[in-house]
Amino acid sequence: MHDWPLLSIAIFLPLIGAALVLPIRNDDRERAAANARWTALWTSLAVLVVVAAIWAMFDPSTARFQFVERAPWIPAYGVEYYLGIDGISLFLIVLSALLTPVCILCSWNAVKLRAKEYMIAFLVMESFMIGVFCALDFVLFYLFFEAILIPMFLIIGIWGGPRRIYSAFKFFLYTLVGSVLLLVAMLTMYSEAGTTSIPELMNADFGEDLQLWLWLAMFASFAVKVPMWPVHTWLPDAHVEAPTAGSVILAGVLLKMGAYGFVRFSLPMLPDASEFFAPLIFTLSIVAIVWTSLVALMQQDMKKLIAYSSVAHMGFVTIGIFSFNQQGIEGSIFQMLSHGVVSAALFLCVGVVYDRIHSREIARYGGLVNRMPRYALVFMVFVLAAVGLPGTSGFVGEFLVLIGAFQANSWVALLATTGIVLGAAYMLWLYRRVVFGELLHADLKRIADCNRRELLCFAPLIAAVLVMGIWPDPFLDAMHASVQQLLAQAAR
Amino acid sequence: MQSLADLGAILPELWLALAAMGLLMLGVFTRRNAARVVFWLTIPALVAAAALVHGQAGQGPDRNEVFGGLVVIDAFGDFMKTLVAVGAVLVLVMSRGVARREGMDRFEYPVLVMFALLGMFVMISANDLLSLYVGLEMQSLALYVCAAFRRDDLRSSEAGLKYFVLGAVASGMLLYGCSMIYGFTGTASFTALSGLLAGGDPSPGIVIGLVFIAAGLAFKISAVPFHMWTPDVYEGAPAPVTAFFSIAPKVAAMAVLLRVMAGPFAGLFDEWQQIVVLLAIASMVLGAVAAIAQTNIKRLMAYSSIGHAGFALVALAAGSAAGVQAVAIYMAIYVAMGTGAWGCILIMRRQGSRTEAIADLAGLSRNHPRLALCFAIFMFSLAGIPPLAGFFGKFYVVMAAIDAGLPVLAIVAVLASVVAAFYYLRIVKIMYFDEPGEAFDSPPGREIWPVIAATAAFTLLFFVWSGPLLDSAAAAAVALLPEAADTAWNATQR
Repeated sequence: MHDWPLLSIAIFLPLIGAALVLPIRNDDRERAAANARWTALWTSLAVLVVVAAIWAMFDPSTARFQFVERAPWIPAYGVEYYLGIDGISLFLIVLSALLTPVCILCSWNAVKLRAKEYMIAFLVMESFMIGVFCALDFVLFYLFFEAILIPMFLIIGIWGGPRRIYSAFKFFLYTLVGSVLLLVAMLTMYSEAGTTSIPELMNADFGEDLQLWLWLAMFASFAVKVPMWPVHTWLPDAHVEAPTAGSVILAGVLLKMGAYGFVRFSLPMLPDASEFFAPLIFTLSIVAIVWTSLVALMQQDMKKLIAYSSVAHMGFVTIGIFSFNQQGIEGSIFQMLSHGVVSAALFLCVGVVYDRIHSREIARYGGLVNRMPRYALVFMVFVLAAVGLPGTSGFVGEFLVLIGAFQANSWVALLATTGIVLGAAYMLWLYRRVVFGELLHADLKRIADCNRRELLCFAPLIAAVLVMGIWPDPFLDAMHASVQQLLAQAAR
Repeated sequence: MQSLADLGAILPELWLALAAMGLLMLGVFTRRNAARVVFWLTIPALVAAAALVHGQAGQGPDRNEVFGGLVVIDAFGDFMKTLVAVGAVLVLVMSRGVARREGMDRFEYPVLVMFALLGMFVMISANDLLSLYVGLEMQSLALYVCAAFRRDDLRSSEAGLKYFVLGAVASGMLLYGCSMIYGFTGTASFTALSGLLAGGDPSPGIVIGLVFIAAGLAFKISAVPFHMWTPDVYEGAPAPVTAFFSIAPKVAAMAVLLRVMAGPFAGLFDEWQQIVVLLAIASMVLGAVAAIAQTNIKRLMAYSSIGHAGFALVALAAGSAAGVQAVAIYMAIYVAMGTGAWGCILIMRRQGSRTEAIADLAGLSRNHPRLALCFAIFMFSLAGIPPLAGFFGKFYVVMAAIDAGLPVLAIVAVLASVVAAFYYLRIVKIMYFDEPGEAFDSPPGREIWPVIAATAAFTLLFFVWSGPLLDSAAAAAVALLPEAADTAWNATQR
């Protein structure tokens, strides 16, 4: 099976699924929607199986790219269809493949309007997400990286909340500004090094001044995606207005693309500039952690609160990446995975009550534990994971990042720690206000607990949070070799 | 027999001229269904012309100068002529049904298009200021009549008149520039000029001539600040004519601009590069910003075409073979996505009359999901979002600019494309996010669908297999930059 083009299969399978959904006739709206849902679900499960097979066959002992596929694509320019994964990208692919079926499942009844198009958008997006993390050619990477904007724009704009149009435009244009500068950087690197192959660019030597400019252009793109303070303002808007599944993908995978960009491009290709700008990253990340945590504390809207907490958590990721040591970078990648699962799950939790009450306001809830014990338990697991309780995935990531940051700069570590305290404050306060207390609102007295479909959504995520928290070894093992090689490249 | 061989070299032009005149006769003397008969004979005639163009010149830098150097046959000309002919055929096929419904069902229209195409062919192959001017005027005169084709319609007449007056001024400028050049060098032949001017350091008279010629051609590609006519003429002219305007003449004028700048004026690269950079920046920025406030789809497309002309000029400013190749690719992609977008606009009819307000597209995705999908593909492509074809146009242009050491121009270009993305997205937003309005009439004629579907497929799947287009664009670029004129050109690079 090692000869099979598994990565291509994982990328193109969702597109085939989307092509199958496309011709479903809309004569009978209910049946069409049901057909679309089932096709999408089975497709995404098949992708999950493929990705699981990739994980099972992944060899953690080497830093070389695995499952490599190479074919000429634009031969006149030496651009290739070049895929491959290493310990850094492996789990991001797993994350994408895990979250897509969850998204489809959680929109099962919530999306009535144009269900067919909705499913197509998600399948197309899954294909692009996996593509971003597999691509080993810069042009191919860029293609997937920017193409994701189209389905996400449509998802926010068509199925979003009342201010969806503003948010969709803001999301699209903000990200596009960054992306086009990345395009300029990419073409400059091509002009200098004569190749767009990522592994070759990692060994290319760019002049010191040029590195700084290239780094800034890439920074414009990745910082918007992560998002880092102060270019994070699109995120709360997009999250609040996006449908639940849109928020799940946005927080779970799309934000990771920015951090992945830093790890894959900035660090190994522009090591001098990365070192030069590390203080900038530290400053922005700490501002993000402290400032957005304080902002999160004051939010009235549940989704907005979780969105701001995402900015803070991604601040840890960027600190870890630019601490230039094993623990920091592994912690960052781990934190990306953990945040991908936890924030996605938190948005799902909001989605569960939103589907019933159609409000995201915190004050609108209270005392849910009386009517929804199962929901309260699930919500608690993820709140604690977001806080970083030992035994959950959040702890491992943050702990490693802080160890790494301490070696790089103890002040950074110290200031970042305040974020953990603040994080505990806003998450636990959110939980108290929503779940505990008296059942004050009349309609909450008839609210139903999680049904089986919803629990099915949560089950894999709970398992992931606990497994990653209690036994992080298999994850970290798979990263070791790749991260060591990355550090060697960054120390050039 | 030298002259007979020369005639063989311009076979496509001869064929077009004879076919156009023959069809004109046929139209005059056919009593019934003249328009239909002439129309359906025009299509194969144009296809035959395109086929004759193909394989005229050998591959690579072979140049075949005929008629004492008045005309040149090379791979660059082949590429551009094919593009122009394909664009014309696609637009004509699309506009058949629309023309029938909008009072344009007269045999003169396809004949005029043929004459315009003949003019374009001549100007693309021109190797002399004289033949350039003759070809340009021939296409312009045919286009003036096209713009005013619905002579009973006030807006159409106004558009025709405006186009004629401003176009005449531009032609005058061009002619004045040509006379300056001739006066200061004593020759109008491109081959001779490129030798004379190769050293650089020209006299002021030549520079003035160059500026006038550049201004005249900038008018034809509607680059800022010579763009004023574009929105008005696009809005006033009948929709099928506007569709034609935005495709074929644009490509032909761009081809001439390339031919002139890379041929006789290659040695003056330092002089004209500044002009082109300025035109490019002004066009991209104005095209992007001014389109935001438009409410009429035809005016919006006018500004969009201004912006795209500016983008193509970025590659010309690079002044390299890669730049020429990028322009050629850009134009080819522009023909596909522009034609498709215009096809969608041609369908916009409600209760028997044309609607042009962008707001009329509201909720198109519910009433006409397939049309909306195609329109969205074209809009995202025009905005330059991957994986659609428009992105690759942008990609090669920016690549050429960066290779030539123009990073600032490249950054301005991509940032302008972000601003432009806003109004393309707005159309997608109106189609997909807004509540549906009244449905459109059923499409005028079945012919329009295959064209839209084909261009949409091209736009969507370009990324899979772009090799042949890249190769022929590369061949065109090599043909345009022969070694002799190439020295000053290369010396100024880097």
